[in-house]
Amino acid sequence: MAYNWNWDVFLQPTATGDDTYLGWMFYGLKMTIALSLSAWVIALALGAVVGVLRTVPNKWLSGFAAAYVEVFRNIPLLVQLFLWYFVMPELLPVDWGNALKQTNPVLQQFLASMLCLALFTSARVAEQVRSGINSLPPGQKNAGLAMGFTLPQTYRFVLLPMAVRLIIPPLTSEFLNIFKNSAVCSTIGLLELAAQGRQLVDYTAQPYESFIAVTLAYLLINVVVMFGMRWVEAHVRVPGYIGGK
Amino acid sequence: MAMISMNKVSKYYGSFQVLADCTTQVAKGEVIVVCGPSGSGKSTLIKCVNGLEPFQSGEIIVNGVSVGDPRTKLSQLRSTVGMVFQNFELFPHMRIIENLSIAQIKVLGRSEGEARAKAASLLDRVGLSEQAEKYPGQLSGGQQQRVAIARALAMDPICMLFDEPTSALDPEMVNEVLDVMTELAKEGMTMMCVTHEMGFAKRVATRVIFMDQGRIVEDDSKDAFFEAARSQRAQQFLAKILHH
Amino acid sequence: MHEFDWSSIPGALPFLWDGMVISLQITVTAVLVGIVWGTLLALMRLSSIKPLSWFAAAYVNLFRAVPLVMVLLWFFLIVPSFLESLFGLPRGSDVRLASAITGFALFEAAYYSEIIRAGIQSVSKGQMAAASALGMTYGQAMRLVVLPQAFRNMVPLLLTQGIILFQDTSLVYVSALADFFGAAYKVGDRDGRLVELLLFAGAVYFVICFTASRIVRYCQNKLKVA
Repeated sequence: MAYNWNWDVFLQPTATGDDTYLGWMFYGLKMTIALSLSAWVIALALGAVVGVLRTVPNKWLSGFAAAYVEVFRNIPLLVQLFLWYFVMPELLPVDWGNALKQTNPVLQQFLASMLCLALFTSARVAEQVRSGINSLPPGQKNAGLAMGFTLPQTYRFVLLPMAVRLIIPPLTSEFLNIFKNSAVCSTIGLLELAAQGRQLVDYTAQPYESFIAVTLAYLLINVVVMFGMRWVEAHVRVPGYIGGK
Repeated sequence: MAMISMNKVSKYYGSFQVLADCTTQVAKGEVIVVCGPSGSGKSTLIKCVNGLEPFQSGEIIVNGVSVGDPRTKLSQLRSTVGMVFQNFELFPHMRIIENLSIAQIKVLGRSEGEARAKAASLLDRVGLSEQAEKYPGQLSGGQQQRVAIARALAMDPICMLFDEPTSALDPEMVNEVLDVMTELAKEGMTMMCVTHEMGFAKRVATRVIFMDQGRIVEDDSKDAFFEAARSQRAQQFLAKILHH
Repeated sequence: MHEFDWSSIPGALPFLWDGMVISLQITVTAVLVGIVWGTLLALMRLSSIKPLSWFAAAYVNLFRAVPLVMVLLWFFLIVPSFLESLFGLPRGSDVRLASAITGFALFEAAYYSEIIRAGIQSVSKGQMAAASALGMTYGQAMRLVVLPQAFRNMVPLLLTQGIILFQDTSLVYVSALADFFGAAYKVGDRDGRLVELLLFAGAVYFVICFTASRIVRYCQNKLKVA
């Protein structure tokens, strides 16, 4: 087969002339990272709250948290994304919806994507937080309460610090997932990494180089996140502690 | 007035009765040993004293405060009652010194310096000053339990509850913990101890409570209990446990 | 507030049903390929023959590091033209769709292989030793002793992964395949009733996945008791 490899294509100016194709790639990479990190921060915070609620001795709160998790876990990510992007603005009060539709389209795409990834991931983080808390020895909660801590204090000072340490490995894989899942947002037109890859295929007629570059970029993100989380794990390791009971 | 007073306390798990009409008083300075076969409800009983286990009927008054009253702020009550657990339950992610000071700071509102000074002097008292900067996982079981006692004492409790403090320990470490408890008893601390250590009971207890199937079967002075336990059940229990 | 109009759904039900059939076909195909190919990958990964184990490790790590969307684009846009130029096939969309489904199955196999590997490793080493002591070869011991136990332990996880996979099938949207989600989107777009159709699609997915996960949990508890 005769395929003309041409890696220089990345240095050529784009069809619109204002950038190089490499510049497009970097724009996509920045978008992927900004989107994933902002969604991750929200997902961690929400996930911690919902995960804690699943374990509290209150039927209503734990029931609400269970329902939250089920909803976000049992609808495909793509469907959730379309619901946020196409449906949510319609369900808001008309003024708000119109105001939203008049904002910058990239901002609309970004907000819908961020909310979607954040809530989708928060349900999964919540499940990890719950299982982390449940894997602690049951006496830890009693010990916290017996010291005179209130229930929120017991979670804050005793249960959560240990639970979070225990769940770092599964959280790492959720963190990796959020970067991979962000590729779904290319479907609503957000120009993140995967979308830029697709654009490059259309514009340059060098599909192999484009997709190889994008794939390598995802691999790179993976490696960086993995080493980062390994560093975190090593730094919060508790000396002498061997697993929960 | 009694430090702890229980009146007809009953507790159920579903239809299963764990505690049945338990009534007793603990006066200030008394050391009560609670014993009985496993499943007799003794651990549950002392966990009711600081409200870690809810109970359905009866009344427990600790230093004038009703535990079962929904208006009682349990965290406030618990900060005045020390508790030591079977599995130590130190907080594994905190250094020993932090284990002793965190509740002083967050619950009692003491300053960091004050809390640490108190912690250091208590660690010294249980002979563990050198371990202050270590983590619980780096200590032996006996050392961990001594830290746990010191952690409870750091709150200046008005009484102490011990829930089988030596039963998770290797035999050679039992005495170091019992020595600390004996010391504490001699200083006049009010104590309720669930334990099988009958030697400890003979040395320091003022009274012994024997439980069986959720009931307080014997509640007697130490001498009366060991010399002439009235119930057949207690006699059998003693025969088994003292045999070793 | 939006005025709901659900009237375009009843008439579109046959079309949506066809889409659901495609979704289910992709799911079943990918689960079967995933389990078979995933088992082979897991065995390779655990094999003492280094090149095999390296290949499996590289395969699994590569597919798990890349978004499914990217894999589908590779197999939808690039692999077909590669095959066409390689075998001199006429350009056609059949190849593209088959290719996209293949890519999907190859991707899911990487995830299945990790579940199966963990399952095999969870069977105690003594079982392999005992089988060998009875004179079984490695292959016999694996096939007759280890794998049956491993699969019994893994059934709930494999089924749960199947539910995730069913949700993943919606992503074949990027390859223009009319699965259930694609069909719902098309109807909504055609009738200007995207809001209703997307809500309907979300509800259908939820009911299916929620029910399925409940059934898996029920079976799991049954297995535990037995």
